[in-house]
Amino acid sequence: MRRAGWVALAAVLLLFPLSFNNPYYEQLGSLVLLAAISASAWNLIGGFAGQVSVGNAVFFGAGAYMPLLFYKLWQVSPLLGFPAGIAVSLVIAVVIGIPTLRLSGHYFSMATIAVAELIRIVVSNWDFLGAAIGLTGPATPRGWWDLVFRSSNPYYYMFLAVLVTLLAITYAIQRSRFGYDLRASRGGERAARSLVVPVSSYTLYAFMLSATFTSLAGSLYVVKFGFIDPGSGFGILVSINMVLIAALGGAGRLFGPLLGAAILIPLQTETNNLFGGGGTGLTYILYGGIIVLIARFEPGGLFEMWDRLRAKWGSHAA
Amino acid sequence: MILLQVIVAGLLIGAVYALFSSGLTLVWGMMNVINFAHGEFVMLGMYVAFWAFTLAHFGVASFSAAAAVVLFMLGVLVYLALIRHVMRGPMLAQILSTFGLLLVLRYAAFWAFGANFVSLPDGILGPSLNVGGILLSAPKLVAGVVALAVTIGMHLLLTRTMLGSRILAVAEDRNAAMLMGIRPDRMQAIAWGLSGASAGIAGALIATFFPISATVGESLGLIAFVVVTFGGFGSVPGAMIAGLIIGLIESLSAYYVGPVYQDVFVYALFVLVLWIRPRGLMGKA
Repeated sequence: MRRAGWVALAAVLLLFPLSFNNPYYEQLGSLVLLAAISASAWNLIGGFAGQVSVGNAVFFGAGAYMPLLFYKLWQVSPLLGFPAGIAVSLVIAVVIGIPTLRLSGHYFSMATIAVAELIRIVVSNWDFLGAAIGLTGPATPRGWWDLVFRSSNPYYYMFLAVLVTLLAITYAIQRSRFGYDLRASRGGERAARSLVVPVSSYTLYAFMLSATFTSLAGSLYVVKFGFIDPGSGFGILVSINMVLIAALGGAGRLFGPLLGAAILIPLQTETNNLFGGGGTGLTYILYGGIIVLIARFEPGGLFEMWDRLRAKWGSHAA
Repeated sequence: MILLQVIVAGLLIGAVYALFSSGLTLVWGMMNVINFAHGEFVMLGMYVAFWAFTLAHFGVASFSAAAAVVLFMLGVLVYLALIRHVMRGPMLAQILSTFGLLLVLRYAAFWAFGANFVSLPDGILGPSLNVGGILLSAPKLVAGVVALAVTIGMHLLLTRTMLGSRILAVAEDRNAAMLMGIRPDRMQAIAWGLSGASAGIAGALIATFFPISATVGESLGLIAFVVVTFGGFGSVPGAMIAGLIIGLIESLSAYYVGPVYQDVFVYALFVLVLWIRPRGLMGKA
């Protein structure tokens, strides 16, 4: 039964872009995967370690800017910028994480949003990084290494490979000593400390891993779309998307972010079509409303709701 | 002389920062909840002042009072409908609840009031004054002085009155307060009301000299985070000193480096404070 579920999930993910000969769905599929990558990366720190980052866009932006900056400066493959984005993200994660992860969670949340905003303002005014206009990548590919493809499908499988890697790492962490310690420190920090769990350094490792994969998501975004500006790299909506998608599906659940992305991204595409360009305000109101409702009634997200309903249904049957 | 003018202007705006931040720190110290929508409360205070002036021809004193009353009620409402239910829940729920509220308030205002900036008429508080060669705008002078007075008033309310003692008793030990016949729920609702009112008055004061827009809460909210962290967990006097310092830093960096970067220096100071003195100026260790 469980095995059948895995096979079905794998089949759906692998065959999805091949089952439609329609660019709209192919595009949608890759967007869902990309959102699932950054939300799963957020899940490492926000879900498993219980420290709520509301500024993960800072890593996404770093990951998105570096490949195009490398291309702009030296005309090299954007691929070479991937590790640079990760390096910058790790530095930022350490600068935020070391002082705040020793304190109560509010400091961490406030620091993430303040640093994201700080860097957004600096990037928006820095001509070296294209200021408000941003950066553009290679228009026509010189070889496969420029990662410019006409179809969405190569991106789809690239994103899928990264997502599977990230989920495999998450799964391994969940089952390791490190994972148990992380969950223990989320459940009761003092109790965990008394059991000699090095809470703040473990949380910092989780944050650094989260930063790494969020940066990777930014790099993948930018090779697919070919350009980046301060709003789509460092904007508050980028951070909100990660939090909302993970919390909707289920923060701290392995497949929570993927479920959240599969629901929210198609919905988002539809509402954007429906409201048009002037409707961004309405989209934010809707997001805010969903976030408030999740927080108030279902902080465990859809997965936990499903578990509860199943338990209830199961007890009735018995 | 210009430098002196920059310093005075910075301290005056800093007094307003101190006022709305003291509301944020009150709630933080009392129940360990951070209101991410606090900047949006200030923004709504600005709009209440604007509409009270435009529609009902309220004067400065009465529209500030109106903003205080409306935001007091909003604070109580937010506590009763939302915070009360999440404050003992997981951290994620606490932070998401007010973060979602931020989005709803900011973009509902954007949607309802439009993207255009509006402002109160220029001469609403009289012309600029020349005090010994320093040119002071009358609205900023009034705002700074009133804000300082209200912040001190809030501190006195908390430390010298029965109501304040009850609020602090709940902050200190909820169960012990309950045994003394204090209703924690009521005190916490009042604290949220006071927090909202401080944002409301501050918003009304800012509206007399600053353009009003739906997104103004973004930087104001972040400034409030910096002020309360710098001032120290739950400390109103700390927030007051920190507010003045932040106003000064902002004013000086706008003058020397450029107005675009004024917030950058403030946020950088935030990171610096976290590294060097995370408990802030007046916080307990």
